Amino acid sequence: MTNEALQYLINTWIPDTVTSELEFTEEESQFLNINVQPADLHQLMFQLKNNTETNFDYLFCLTGVDWGKELGVVYHLESTTHRHIIVVKVKTEDRENPVFDSVCDIWKTAEFHEREVFDFFGIKFNNHPNLKRLFLTEDWDGFPLRKDYLDDINMIVK
Amino acid sequence: METTTINNNFKSEEYFINMGPQHPATHGVLRLLLTIDGETIKKVEPDLGYIHRSIEKMCERDSYQQIVHLTDRMDYLSSNINNEAVCLAVENALQIEVPERVKVIRTIIGELTRIASHNLWWGVMGMDVGALTTYFYAFRDREMINDIFEETCGARLTMNYNIPGGLMFDIHPNFVKRVKEFITHFKTKLPEYDTLLTNNVIFQKRMRGVGMLSKEDAISYGASGPVGRGSGYSCDVRKLHPYSALDKVTFNEALRTEGDSFARYEVRIQEMWESMAIVEQLIDNIPEGDYQVETNAVIKLPKGEFYQKVETARGELGVYIISTGTKNPYRLKFRSPGFSNLSLLNHIAVGGKIGDLVASMATLDLVIPDIDR
Repeated sequence: MTNEALQYLINTWIPDTVTSELEFTEEESQFLNINVQPADLHQLMFQLKNNTETNFDYLFCLTGVDWGKELGVVYHLESTTHRHIIVVKVKTEDRENPVFDSVCDIWKTAEFHEREVFDFFGIKFNNHPNLKRLFLTEDWDGFPLRKDYLDDINMIVK
Repeated sequence: METTTINNNFKSEEYFINMGPQHPATHGVLRLLLTIDGETIKKVEPDLGYIHRSIEKMCERDSYQQIVHLTDRMDYLSSNINNEAVCLAVENALQIEVPERVKVIRTIIGELTRIASHNLWWGVMGMDVGALTTYFYAFRDREMINDIFEETCGARLTMNYNIPGGLMFDIHPNFVKRVKEFITHFKTKLPEYDTLLTNNVIFQKRMRGVGMLSKEDAISYGASGPVGRGSGYSCDVRKLHPYSALDKVTFNEALRTEGDSFARYEVRIQEMWESMAIVEQLIDNIPEGDYQVETNAVIKLPKGEFYQKVETARGELGVYIISTGTKNPYRLKFRSPGFSNLSLLNHIAVGGKIGDLVASMATLDLVIPDIDR
């Protein structure tokens, strides 16, 4: 499917599947990007995977990002049957207690990737079966990949 | 009578056992928490981070030329392909067209890297299931590739031969001759691998029907590389999103549909043949020209997001750069193939025996620094 067709199709899911407006952009990226509200994330992802026309069955990259004011997660999805790619972004301004819905019931690979994001960004995922630190020790203080993280001993700041 | 009573009252209990972090079969510092009942595995939980260096955080402070160095240290057996991934991402972002000579050399060295990596995997694969001889056969042949690399760029493993805009130096005058010698040599040696290990009945009995992974699960777990292709999932990035000179060569994607450990084994053996075929198609026709194009001393990427996929020896490596227009990336994520492949270990090992876990894990071909980035 072309990006225009994808955008058209996904827009038809409002308001049944997705309750609020979606923001589409192709600027500054080689893929079609969707910004989604945290409340709609799981329904949108479920539909993207299970709709036969989209069929995004391969989550090839799940990235935590600290945009400064906001924390968020970027999902790169590809369909192994149609070979189209889409990028879904979800953001929250709540830096104290950022929470999104987990997508590990949709793609099993998300379980490890979400644990990695939790470890380094402190973003929690609802309904995750085993959400605990993956690389760092349980008593580690802070979330190292956040932009405001400081560690005088282990970090060389230029 | 007494014995029967004891047997009836005996309750099998689950217990934990640590495998690693210093275990020869984990090929690095990986710790697996095994829940076992007798010798049957109930659960495998990897404990990671023993060699985590936070390369992604370091990238945020480094320039794009410096980042290339760090990628050597992720999957050190595919170091040249990792370098290429970052260079391609930067070149695409800056819209630099590298000379044909660079593309062809990158592809040749990339495929030689893949042969060297699969070669080492084959050696330790045999060793993991108790066949020590394979290790010496594999290292004899792999040594020739390392010597070729050493002559051309000075390093044998962490090559750092690519730079954004091309290659650090031109190939050594002996390069073409020695690569041809290697191909001739390896074509006579690779069939020996089959007689020694592949066709061994004991080996096949340990591999067939063990570590089953269906195609649906392979996709859902984000499997890539030989792990995905052993389950009939056509996922070769070289075919789907060709880069460098890979669109100019013909080769077959190694695919097996069985989904067991032996299928993953066979995929890698076939890939060595295919890689040799790719090298043979290119080695006589390396175009003349420059080996690099001039770039600014300080590389600044335009504002935006850039994603580059390549096929390393382990699968799909993704480089995701978020740039704000400065000389450092704002965020750089490496989607490493080993990380996703490790996540399916629990799935394929549960219900099997500890010995089968070792054999299945060997066919995932894990490189721990690639997982602990």
